[in-house]
Amino acid sequence: MADLSFEDINDKYFDVLKEIGNIGAGNATTAIANMLNLRLDMKVPKVELIAVEKIGSAIGSEEQIVVGILLGVENDINGSMMFLMDLPSAHHLVNRLMMRDPEYNEDFDEMDLSAIREIGNIIAGSYLSALSGLTNLNISPTIPYVSIDMAAAILSVPAIQFGMVSDNALFIRTEFSDDVAINGYFILMPEGESYEKILRALGLPV
Amino acid sequence: MGEMIKVGMADLKACNAPDNLTTIGLGSCIGIAIYDPVTKISGLAHIMLPDSTQIRNNSNIAKFADTGIQQLYDDMIKMGANKSRLVAKIAGGATMFAGGGAAPTINVGQRNAEASKAKLKELGVKLLAEDTGLNYGRTVEFYSETGDYLIKAVGKPPKTI
Repeated sequence: MADLSFEDINDKYFDVLKEIGNIGAGNATTAIANMLNLRLDMKVPKVELIAVEKIGSAIGSEEQIVVGILLGVENDINGSMMFLMDLPSAHHLVNRLMMRDPEYNEDFDEMDLSAIREIGNIIAGSYLSALSGLTNLNISPTIPYVSIDMAAAILSVPAIQFGMVSDNALFIRTEFSDDVAINGYFILMPEGESYEKILRALGLPV
Repeated sequence: MGEMIKVGMADLKACNAPDNLTTIGLGSCIGIAIYDPVTKISGLAHIMLPDSTQIRNNSNIAKFADTGIQQLYDDMIKMGANKSRLVAKIAGGATMFAGGGAAPTINVGQRNAEASKAKLKELGVKLLAEDTGLNYGRTVEFYSETGDYLIKAVGKPPKTI
């Protein structure tokens, strides 16, 4: 990734990412609302730069159990993206999708996991189509993988990915809500020259 | 009962008995515990990547197996640990998303484990036990009085190595 590092990222780049996050999360919210047939509100996403060493506690307690969905990103840019949500949010969405009692919170079975992967697909697809639309780059997600574990262990994946090139990682935090709040976090992890490609496509100096 | 000292991600610490060491939520990272059973000087490193020479951005030496283990070893010798008595136990190195994600992170857990073992061997520190690989996160606690390395994972009974 040449000499570009997050330490050099300026406010303008932040604003662009926030805008992408906004549109992406907006698309995702609409897609999920349609799928679940409910009305969803979304708060303005927050874009944060977090020190790699602090990633484990970036979304709360390190031992808190979270649901992580990891997808590869390919074509014009390469890398991966992760969508994370806390356990109550995941249960809430899966219960909606499976038309179950909202209070149901047994461990996820294979069907539930497949529902979670589908949610990940929709959210990642919405986010990436926003990025694609703004940059005119052809960007597509690969199949999603799910892990349910301690936050720090799941977040070690982006920590390692970012740790190879920088001391910081870029987080986009989104909150949706219907009758309960759904907390979600996106982490986009472009590889190699991909960051520069995104910046160049957005007309920002590299 | 000593204090439980927390070691963060890309961090390392050494202590004397009765203090103990812990690190939370090892995924693909490795928790390397080094121990002198006579002086009970104990150390724990939480490394993220196998090799500092492969990475341009390598200022934090605790981030890498090669430099992190070296630093911990040096710190412990300085505290009075005896080189020839040092032993080690390691845990972590999981693949959190089997088959998923970007190429360079595939098997980073396994590569972390291999690099840690190679560095310990180079320093002449005997590896007594390991709990590495598979697909789940681990929280570890090292007890300086006994040399026990306690490993906790979600939905699994705790185990001691």
